[in-house]
Amino acid sequence: MTGLFTNVDWPEIGRACLDTLAMLSGSLVLTILLGLPLGVLLFLTGERGLLASLFGHGVLGAVVNVLRSVPFIILLIVMIPLTMVLVGTSLGVAGAIPPLVVGAAPFYARLVESALREIDRTTIEATQAMGATTRQIVTGALIPEALPGLITGATVTAVALVSFTAMAGVVGAGGLGDLAIRFGYQRFQTDVMIVTVVLLVALVQFIQFAGDRLARRVTRR
Amino acid sequence: MIRLTQVRKHYAGTATPALDDVSLEIVKGEVFGIIGRSGAGKSTLIRLLNGLERPSAGTVRVEEVAIDTLSAAELRALRRRIGMIFQNFGLLSSRTVAGNVGFPLELAGTGKAERQTKVAALLDRVGLTPLADRYPAQLSGGQRQRVGIARALATDPDVLLCDEATSALDPETTRDVLALLRDLNRELGLTVVLITHEMAVVRSICDRVAVIDAGRIVETGPVHDVFDAARHPATQRMLAGLAA
Repeated sequence: MTGLFTNVDWPEIGRACLDTLAMLSGSLVLTILLGLPLGVLLFLTGERGLLASLFGHGVLGAVVNVLRSVPFIILLIVMIPLTMVLVGTSLGVAGAIPPLVVGAAPFYARLVESALREIDRTTIEATQAMGATTRQIVTGALIPEALPGLITGATVTAVALVSFTAMAGVVGAGGLGDLAIRFGYQRFQTDVMIVTVVLLVALVQFIQFAGDRLARRVTRR
Repeated sequence: MIRLTQVRKHYAGTATPALDDVSLEIVKGEVFGIIGRSGAGKSTLIRLLNGLERPSAGTVRVEEVAIDTLSAAELRALRRRIGMIFQNFGLLSSRTVAGNVGFPLELAGTGKAERQTKVAALLDRVGLTPLADRYPAQLSGGQRQRVGIARALATDPDVLLCDEATSALDPETTRDVLALLRDLNRELGLTVVLITHEMAVVRSICDRVAVIDAGRIVETGPVHDVFDAARHPATQRMLAGLAA
């Protein structure tokens, strides 16, 4: 081990792994909590939706599109003042979570919207004809029917978040991406670069595998 | 029971109204058919009866109450008294047969014990007890429509709306489903309103029929009168289509 990976500080790698996992899980949970209702609203306000509103849909859609078109690296920097207000620091795991959520939630919202569009219209109409309230239609029909798609979307979002956490390393978020940049790139420690990249690849593989399995388990079609 | 007075429905951005000057009366306990070609306005018409569509002009009354005067909560209460089944069934693919049949009861806040008793009785009535734990994807079309019927009956409605309910089924299954609807109409005094483009469906179970063409009702009356002495060209075309 000493011969091959001379520059690799394994305890440091371990800490970086934990930081990455903390950033990922924290931001994924918040992204889903924010993106799911946003996606449901995009769907409901859309054409022929239960709360069809050209204006509402236009405003929501514009906000989502603007946030999605800002490159994440820029978002990280412009978010710093807001992040300071929200969590008191712009550094470390806590400082990385607000920009990660703001970057990923609009993306997940669009995936939620398209998963909901896949639902057979008759199913929604039938639920309406039973005397369901809009809330009951959302919780009783839309979300259960779209569940496989919502899980697949969360998987795609989680993978995107892995690469976002690596970028967040640039502004001092810590984690594997931070190690790759500071040691692997800036100090030409190729072995550190290889170890961090291999770990990130393994993480993405695991997320995809787990997400696919979960989606398959809830599919009844 | 249900009365439409000079109803018009005009969708924004379309040249001609989907329905124009439609007046109809559906009597309690009858099986009333509305027949017309696709695009004639049948789907819009049936959706006016439970408020899924709102008329642009005219009134829809259910037991003398005009639907457009109802609050959102009153409309939901009315919908529980009007069951509906669909050509594509509209079942929840994520729920079992029993889960689908019990769904309207859950929405209405019925307790679990009462729900189970009720679901068991409904499944027994439509002959699906052995399939209670299957998912819709595992059923045939006829079985799915039986689930749809059991679900529509869960809240003890007075009226059952059938939106092309047999159009996706083969002739034999169609006969079975129509026989079931006829039996339910007799046993429960259930008023049945069905829309279809098939003459055979109207002939086999309807008491009265309305012929709709290009958004207007062109003929109404007892099935035999309308079909045996068709006056309107649209009715004659449909009869000719059947003979050919």
